[in-house]
Amino acid sequence: MSPVTEKGETSLMAKAIREGIFAAIISFFMFLLFVGVETYQDINNALVWRMRWGLLFIFVAIAAIGRFLTVAFIKPHLDARKLSKAKSGILEISTQKSFFHRHFLKIALVFLLVYPFLMMLIVGKQGSLKYVDNFGIQILIYVMLAWGLNIVVGLAGLLDLGYVAFYAVGAYSYALLSSYLGLSFWILLPLSGIFAALWGIMLGFPVLRLRGDYLAIVTLAFGEIIRLVLINWTEVTKGTFGISGIAKASVFGIWSFDVGAPNNFAKVFGLASSSVYYKVFLFYVILALCLLTAYVTIRLRRMPIGRAWEALREDEIACRSLGINTVTTKLTAFATGAMFGGFAGSFFAARQGFVSPESFVFLESAVILAIVVLGGMGSLTGIAIAAVVMVGGTELLRDMSFLKIIFGPDFTPELYRMLLFGLAMVIVMLFKPRGFVGAREPTAFLKERKAVSGSFTKEGHG
Amino acid sequence: MRKMGRTIQEMRPHRRTASRGKQMDYFVQQLINGLTLGSIYGLIAIGYTMVYGIIGMINFAHGDIFMLGGFAALIVFLVLTSLFAGIPVALLLLVMILVGMLVTGLWNWTIERIAYRPLRGSFRLAPLITAIGMSITLSNFIQVTQGPRNKPIPQLVTDVYHFGDITIALKQIVIVVLTAVLLAAFWYIVNKTPLGRAQRATEQDRKMAALLGVDVDRTISVTFIMGAALAAVAGAMYLMYYGVSSFTDGFTPGVKAFTAAVLGGIGSLPGAVIGGLLIGLIESLWSAYFSIEYKDVATFAILAIVLIFKPTGLLGRPEVEKV
Repeated sequence: MSPVTEKGETSLMAKAIREGIFAAIISFFMFLLFVGVETYQDINNALVWRMRWGLLFIFVAIAAIGRFLTVAFIKPHLDARKLSKAKSGILEISTQKSFFHRHFLKIALVFLLVYPFLMMLIVGKQGSLKYVDNFGIQILIYVMLAWGLNIVVGLAGLLDLGYVAFYAVGAYSYALLSSYLGLSFWILLPLSGIFAALWGIMLGFPVLRLRGDYLAIVTLAFGEIIRLVLINWTEVTKGTFGISGIAKASVFGIWSFDVGAPNNFAKVFGLASSSVYYKVFLFYVILALCLLTAYVTIRLRRMPIGRAWEALREDEIACRSLGINTVTTKLTAFATGAMFGGFAGSFFAARQGFVSPESFVFLESAVILAIVVLGGMGSLTGIAIAAVVMVGGTELLRDMSFLKIIFGPDFTPELYRMLLFGLAMVIVMLFKPRGFVGAREPTAFLKERKAVSGSFTKEGHG
Repeated sequence: MRKMGRTIQEMRPHRRTASRGKQMDYFVQQLINGLTLGSIYGLIAIGYTMVYGIIGMINFAHGDIFMLGGFAALIVFLVLTSLFAGIPVALLLLVMILVGMLVTGLWNWTIERIAYRPLRGSFRLAPLITAIGMSITLSNFIQVTQGPRNKPIPQLVTDVYHFGDITIALKQIVIVVLTAVLLAAFWYIVNKTPLGRAQRATEQDRKMAALLGVDVDRTISVTFIMGAALAAVAGAMYLMYYGVSSFTDGFTPGVKAFTAAVLGGIGSLPGAVIGGLLIGLIESLWSAYFSIEYKDVATFAILAIVLIFKPTGLLGRPEVEKV
């Protein structure tokens, strides 16, 4: 027996070495121009170049060694694991769940409720600002946006590449109406949602007949149109300068967070003035908005309209022949998804105090869509996990000053943020094409609710 | 985008309340500018439409492949002009284009192998997400390795011909003629060679083609390489036309080219070219007669309007769904 495996081992090694050398050659030619040659402007502002052999060598070596390790060790290991799993006959989705698994949602909710105070306890008032604002609020905004988009993409199966347009509509509705008419946050929050929903219907009408990728490009175009109008309609939107000095939200008009106001929150309670209170308040507002989104999504899935969405995703023709009105089904999906985008937008404007078209580029739509797909379309928990991983991960890179000790003082992790984000998107998708949470809980079932693999749900063709 | 607007503005002659002949000249001038721009869009759009036709996926990274092609041409230009001073411009351009085609072809081949092929049997959105991820990765890769600033190069082709009031730059002629030649070659490959036959067979029915002995994987790889090569030519032309490269260059022309492909009917090669030319014409005519600021809005709005009346584009085949 041993000679056979030995022969297998050597041939595997030989193959791995061959593949490694091949990868080295390919990567050498790929990186020769872009990494090997550095272009920069000299003192006379003329473009000149110099070779970077060292860096090129590192890139090639990484490619070669990576390929060698993949072929020699990682792939056989993965194959063996897959084989043993298939042999043992245990399905991936087991009914036995750990305590943490069963109570995951409760634990997460409790954690989120105490999160700002926990952070204040651990790192102090000023230190917690970063964690509450950059991590807490930032991630929750993306969770909310992704849950909103999930209604369109995950439930109704309509591929929307311009979701950020509704986010922009919400943000600008709040920014413009509060600065021109002086309306308060709590009036404008629902109004922004309604405006965004109207825009959703406006987008919905022309694309009703379109399917799949035609739908995708028109939604993308719609997002770009909104952004270009925001840039160019300078009389109203102030163009690329954006609108600044947007009014802060207040606690239902009872306490204000403006420093000069007589009913300032800190003054009323006799606390030292600090910007932390406002951030903590905003944290709970966005948390409430997220919970609202989740609640509405869960309830809608059980209502006729939600079932119609999912039916539309699975098979449009069958849907139509069963008498479902696909026009209203699609329009409500667009409008509902857009409404949550609008809520998130007005919240964003209140939090930043500043909006400009820069915040609503296509990349944002792509990031939101990526979170929805990486989380496992249709699964609220999965999407929340994906948002934490992707947004939190890239936020973490912003303040990794210890990396400077390793790579030298010139190293700026900020620069690599989006590069790593893109790579992470690719890698997660390759290993988990169905997203983090691949199982689906059906809304309609016979006798007993059973989770099914995500592979059995369709993604819809628009 | 802004760059493009500026260039068109510079090209715009003073509009005079002159005779009808002058207005006609102005119109023809805009047609020529639009045709040049449209040729570049058409070249990129072919890559989108071929990949879509053969595996039904939107290759979002294609715009960034175009950007890579532009950068390859830029770097080759810098290296060659400093190593061999006084190299003839025609030879220089040829080397720029050829090296760009090879390098971007290699990149697109690798990207297909790593990011798209493992997901081919998976659900439809998975390769779309990896393509978006690849697009983000590529543009940021160039930003990290080559720096975030715009890279200007001196004008390569400066000759200008005057026909009355109409000005035609030699570089415009080069772009249009090169596009036409490439399209002819491309048409020949797709319609007359065994490779093209394999591509068309794979497009129609991948499983059946495989059963009949077509190497499907290889055919798809070659399709990606061909698309990238055309995008690289477009990138080099873009660099020659505007004289500047930046890592963000991939997005706007990429989206425009994608729009062109959809406008012409995605999956159809002549459609991609016609779509590209149309988008180029709409853009330059709109900025000449209405407003430069809203030229992209006009482009996208016209796309939406066309799709309302012809949901599968101008030359696209209507999708028949069998139950």
